[in-house]
Amino acid sequence: MSNDLAHGRATPDERDDPTVRDDRFAERVVLELDSVTKRFGETTVIDDLDLTIREGELITLLGPSGCGKTTTLRLIAGLDRPDEGEIRLRGTSVAGPEFSPPEARDVGVVFQEFALFPHLTAAENVGFGLRDLGDEERERRVGRLLELVGLPQKGDAKPDELSGGQQQRVALARSLAPEPDLLLLDEPFSNLDVDLRVEMREEVRRILKEAGVTAISVTHDQEEAMSISDRVAVMNDGELEQVDTPERVFEHPESRFVASFLGHASFLAGSVDADSVATGVGELPRDLVFGLAPEYDGTDIDLLVRPDDVRAVAAPAPECNGEVVHRRYLGPTVLYRVELDSGDTVACMHNHSDEVGLDERVRVEVTADHELAWFPRGEPRAL
Amino acid sequence: MATTTETGQTGSGRGVGVLLLAAAVAAAVSLPLVALVLGAADARSSLDLLLADTTLRIALNSALLGVGVTGFSILLGVPLAFLTVRTDLPGKRLFSVALAVPLVVPSYIGAFAFVYVFRPTGPLQELLAPLGVASLPSIYGLGGTVFVLTLYTYPYVFITTRAALKTLDTTLVDAARTLQHTRWEAFRRITLPQIRPAIGAGALLVALYALSDFGTPQIMRFDAYTRVIYSAQQYDFDLAVLLSVQLVVVAFVILAIESRVRGSGVQSEHPGRASSPLRLGRLTWPAVAACLLVPLLALAVPLGVLTLWLLESQARVAPSLAFQPVYAFNSAWLAFAAAAFAALAALPVAWVASRRSRTSSSALVGVLGTVVERVSYVGYALPGVVVGFALVTVAANAGDLYTSGVVYLPLLVFAYVVRFLPQAAGSTRAAFGQVSPALEEAARTLGDSPSRAFRRVTLPLVLPGVLGGAALVFLTTMKELPATLLLRPAEFETLVTHLWTAEKQGYYGQAAIPALVLLLVSALSLLVMVRVEGYDVE
Repeated sequence: MSNDLAHGRATPDERDDPTVRDDRFAERVVLELDSVTKRFGETTVIDDLDLTIREGELITLLGPSGCGKTTTLRLIAGLDRPDEGEIRLRGTSVAGPEFSPPEARDVGVVFQEFALFPHLTAAENVGFGLRDLGDEERERRVGRLLELVGLPQKGDAKPDELSGGQQQRVALARSLAPEPDLLLLDEPFSNLDVDLRVEMREEVRRILKEAGVTAISVTHDQEEAMSISDRVAVMNDGELEQVDTPERVFEHPESRFVASFLGHASFLAGSVDADSVATGVGELPRDLVFGLAPEYDGTDIDLLVRPDDVRAVAAPAPECNGEVVHRRYLGPTVLYRVELDSGDTVACMHNHSDEVGLDERVRVEVTADHELAWFPRGEPRAL
Repeated sequence: MATTTETGQTGSGRGVGVLLLAAAVAAAVSLPLVALVLGAADARSSLDLLLADTTLRIALNSALLGVGVTGFSILLGVPLAFLTVRTDLPGKRLFSVALAVPLVVPSYIGAFAFVYVFRPTGPLQELLAPLGVASLPSIYGLGGTVFVLTLYTYPYVFITTRAALKTLDTTLVDAARTLQHTRWEAFRRITLPQIRPAIGAGALLVALYALSDFGTPQIMRFDAYTRVIYSAQQYDFDLAVLLSVQLVVVAFVILAIESRVRGSGVQSEHPGRASSPLRLGRLTWPAVAACLLVPLLALAVPLGVLTLWLLESQARVAPSLAFQPVYAFNSAWLAFAAAAFAALAALPVAWVASRRSRTSSSALVGVLGTVVERVSYVGYALPGVVVGFALVTVAANAGDLYTSGVVYLPLLVFAYVVRFLPQAAGSTRAAFGQVSPALEEAARTLGDSPSRAFRRVTLPLVLPGVLGGAALVFLTTMKELPATLLLRPAEFETLVTHLWTAEKQGYYGQAAIPALVLLLVSALSLLVMVRVEGYDVE
């Protein structure tokens, strides 16, 4: 992919050598997707997807709705069949030349709407997949799971007597009960109120880590993905754009799509000189730009700036470089959109105390205390 | 202040007025039941009669009939519903309609056709004789009756089961699959418990229909309640009364269970998510064959036989039995009168039923509203033969009017209204339910009087529902058999009675035209049902 161009910037100490990592974790790989493709009629929903999940990690598939995240989960669970490619669970092929139905895979699923069986109690729901155990042992295990999810008293309640958060805890306990090799969570928090959502994120991560289960979650909420995951896989239009730790995905996006999808991204056009980059907000020192290799001297690039990397300040007319075209008051902060004289538009986030008015001329300055990511000019937008 | 009080009074005044109207309707339609109970009180030595061998045999026969038809309807209706909802069966839409059609075809037409084909000297026997088949299993009796009734009543189960399967959240099945359950186990532990109330409700309707049907047991010579009541009313009045009461009690019990079962289903919160349908694979063609066979038997056999009769009728003419257009005219105006009266009677009943919860101005009015609503649905529980017979006893007390025959036609229309008021009231009630009372209140705040607001706002909005209900009553009345037979004046012929006479005397050719017209009427009633009751063919 064209991202490799930008990878002149990646230094060996910051990036694990993939071959080394594979050797180290070879026996601990839980799931492999190998060139998986899925079409619905004429539409290709998943296109040639590769992904490897290792024991004990919590990975999140992050992407806009319709990008194929949920379909990927359904393929892994065996609820749909891929058209091409192979899926392996602990090295055994489950889809590809052969197809194993969902009940023959050790994969648990927490459904978006929880899918609790309405005619069974919470305890019966949790015990549903535990058919090989004797009554006594099953009861013990159901009790332990209800305790794990913090609902030891709710075993006899029917799903419609439980709150949203409680339903989710039961759904989680139910899917964990058969001790699956892999747990899939489909938009697990989208059915909860905003306040509860934040609380349950922490809670679900705690439960998953305590149970030691390998899990794949799916969401379109970048904050949720950042806060619960060990790794984030950003997905767009049936393809994976980047798979990495939350920090790296946010700070060093490998494509413009990833950059835009994670927070308000603005791009500043710049041309690279010997030791500076000329932009619409003035000359920026070259060492502020992350891993800009010498072969980019004399070329044009786009610098990624997020609203907290720049600020707009009132200044004497000659020092101004743009005009405020939009102002959104958000309470603690104010978000401005400034149209620069150079033609770029940048978003700036301010503390609510420093006021700049709409339509005012301002000076935008870069205040970032970290290196900025960048993309070579002319690379087509991933959108 | 003064205005508010005044409005309140006028509003509740109107409420009471409508309630009284509805109560009058309820009282009128319960007349046959009252007549029956009074007749039973007068009957000689009821207890002896109740325990007589004949009575017990008839009860047993009817029980066998009910259980048989219900059982086979479940075996037929549930798999067919599953095939048309949850699998990749080709032509699902077409089959969804074709498999529901037998419901609107009068079962006596099917019974005629099958008796004709299977009778000892019938075409099938002639066809098979050269092959050394000396005799066919008899079509008469329990077996044939169960066969024909199942063929025309299983759609109750089919339709209710389909509706339940469509609202079932399929992610629940997915969830069960990810918890190590095979398709079959998931069906048994998840799907079945959730669609069981719907299957039960459909099955109870089947049982009710099987026990109430008169034409099929009569044609198939099987002594169920209805057949014996029909013949006994001519020679043993007390027996007819007693059997009628028994049958009505059974019908009420079935309906009471049905109304409990219907409400007991667990509704999933997130109905009907599209999930990939079950692949039939190699089973596709057997499944298609099964879905074809059922409508083929229920529809194509009668249609074929009738066409055959139509062609033959040119050869064998019996002038006294020749079809006359006036029969169709008689059927139509009777049905029209019944539809008009039923629609009018349904208005106050439906209004009370839909506004009952809101206008609870006093406890007494509330209770009265409930009673009125329940009573007006009594027609559901009264088999046609019982309504007809009960009204015959009423007419017999009318003295001169009875002997001169003047009361018959009004009584016949009345019998239709009693039987089919629930159809009109159901459709009208649904229409009222769709209209928010806030609309009428808005008209009031814009200066309309209560009656003017009703006329200008509510009535236009409920009119389609009222007309839909009336159309349904019209079409159902055209097909009604037992009450028509019992209450028509001598020499008065309708499509149904002409069909009946022609068949009874063996002039099958003469039965062809009325029967084909009735099949057309059946097709129309399905169209109305699809529109009025929103049968979902997707």
